Amino acid sequence: MSRLAVTSIGPASSVQDGGRPGSQRYGLVPSGAMDHLALAAANVLVGNPPFTAAIEIGPFGASLTARGGAVRVALSGAARDTDIAKRPVAFDTSVTLADGDTLTLGFARGGSFSYLAIEGGVQGEPMFDSLAVNARAGLGSPYPRPLQAGDELQVADASGVAERRIDLPSVANGPIRVLLGPQDDEFGDDMKRLFLDSEWKISATSDRMGYRLEGAVIRHLHGHNIVSDGTVNGSIQVPGNGSPIVLMRDRGTSGGYPKIATVISADFGRFAQIPAGRGFRFKAIGMAEAQAALRNFVKEIATLPDRLRDIESFDLNLEALQDANVAGSAISAVDAQTWQVPSSAETVTPD
Amino acid sequence: MRPEFLRIMAQPLAPSRLLPSGDSAITVEFSRNVDDAANQRVLALDRILARDPIAGVTETVPTYRSLLVHYDPLVIGFDALSEKLAALAELPVPPATVTRRWRIPVAYGGEHGIDLEDVAKTLNATPDDIVARHVAGDYRVAMIGFTPGWSYLSGLEDSLQMPRLQNPRLLTPAGTISIGGVQAGVQCLAGPSGWHLLGRTAVRTYQLHREPTFLLEPGDRVTFSVVDHKTFAEQDRAAAAGEIIAELMAS
Repeated sequence: MSRLAVTSIGPASSVQDGGRPGSQRYGLVPSGAMDHLALAAANVLVGNPPFTAAIEIGPFGASLTARGGAVRVALSGAARDTDIAKRPVAFDTSVTLADGDTLTLGFARGGSFSYLAIEGGVQGEPMFDSLAVNARAGLGSPYPRPLQAGDELQVADASGVAERRIDLPSVANGPIRVLLGPQDDEFGDDMKRLFLDSEWKISATSDRMGYRLEGAVIRHLHGHNIVSDGTVNGSIQVPGNGSPIVLMRDRGTSGGYPKIATVISADFGRFAQIPAGRGFRFKAIGMAEAQAALRNFVKEIATLPDRLRDIESFDLNLEALQDANVAGSAISAVDAQTWQVPSSAETVTPD
Repeated sequence: MRPEFLRIMAQPLAPSRLLPSGDSAITVEFSRNVDDAANQRVLALDRILARDPIAGVTETVPTYRSLLVHYDPLVIGFDALSEKLAALAELPVPPATVTRRWRIPVAYGGEHGIDLEDVAKTLNATPDDIVARHVAGDYRVAMIGFTPGWSYLSGLEDSLQMPRLQNPRLLTPAGTISIGGVQAGVQCLAGPSGWHLLGRTAVRTYQLHREPTFLLEPGDRVTFSVVDHKTFAEQDRAAAAGEIIAELMAS
């Protein structure tokens, strides 16, 4: 059995999987990965079922060291400069760490969460069939809290199979789609328009419970206190100060502010990845379109294994190359040693 | 049969509203207020869905005034599920056949109920009066929400109803017994609260590795009893070791 030792890691990093639905009637939120597609892609790369427990790495950097044996891993989600002993490691590609190798990740670029999947998953004791960390409820395994330096995860020895890369479906770049309601009648037409027409930014005080939005001030028709009712992932609550809060995976299962709209399931992960401070918009759609988008999203995850490719050949992963070239210097497409890795000082960090 | 129940049955049912909560959940709303009759209907619909499951419904979350129905749109669409729920929501409320009644021991006041004296002052009563009124209450678990095991009770006596704190506390102890507005609460985990803290119980409404993990169900009846702080400490040790502590009463 190998180990993956956390040598350094930023806040908001934890073991997450598909979560633990089924006990919301007792106040237990399902939790789970913020971006299911990225979790699934990383897992599929190392041959795991899509919602196997992996390490969700928040916006800041991390480094992890293989101990006691080789460990096969894959990264997906928010891109970052990543290397093993200064050799760049591409996202959406599997890689094997030899015993003693350290995988070093910089700050997230263009997203908030990256997923490090490990071949065979993370060893732990499932609670309600899930290893996902929910620190408030004392749940999660092997540590019922965010990861910190010094933690060690028990993992399988690398199988030695050939490394793979994955051609991910292109991600829509448009507005975040929402369904109005359930309490949109607590807002006048002018306020619903303001909500849909405004540019929003995610506040730096956001976390896995909720993303606070900065932009317009949304006023209620009848005040901001409603009698608590149930919440879902993506519920957009408007508290008394008029600045909406989008409820995320670690939300309370009930809430007492009017909910003007709900982010559709297919766009939840894409929304979760929007870095603090970057402008975005919402767009209201109808139920049929939202459910069609969800069917498509589920199909995309189910067919991820069809998108795996061999990487021994010079069948190049152009996206990864472009990604490694953000500093703008020339690269040799065939020699990874020449890929320019920008220093973290040049990258925009979510603050 | 309780007089309250007769009163509810005598009233015509207000129409329920079906509100989409995103693409994978529907809120069946019976009232916009904390309303005992509405909560009875919520719990009745919840029982119906537990007894006769609808394919595609993945879980239900009762609250004071609405039932949140989570579903898988790949199994059942919004229109088909709405139609079924709308029909079920208009059924008359059947009497709950089996109601469990719990007695939960509480250490009131002092370090365990730091707001008891202030509540007494505000309500022109003595702390003992407040405790007596709180213990005399016959409560029902209207919903469990926010954090695991946080049980919201209906049935708080009118004379104990007072506005919540202007500034919620960021941390209140595990097992806090509190009141806020028209509601009473049994809190399981330590966490933020804007309610008035009357006491603490050793009872864990949620405890991992205990059978059952979740003690209370929406719809359960709850009464409180007074224990001294020494007994609380003993019960707290036993509860930490997995004892249930709360007594299940014959109802």
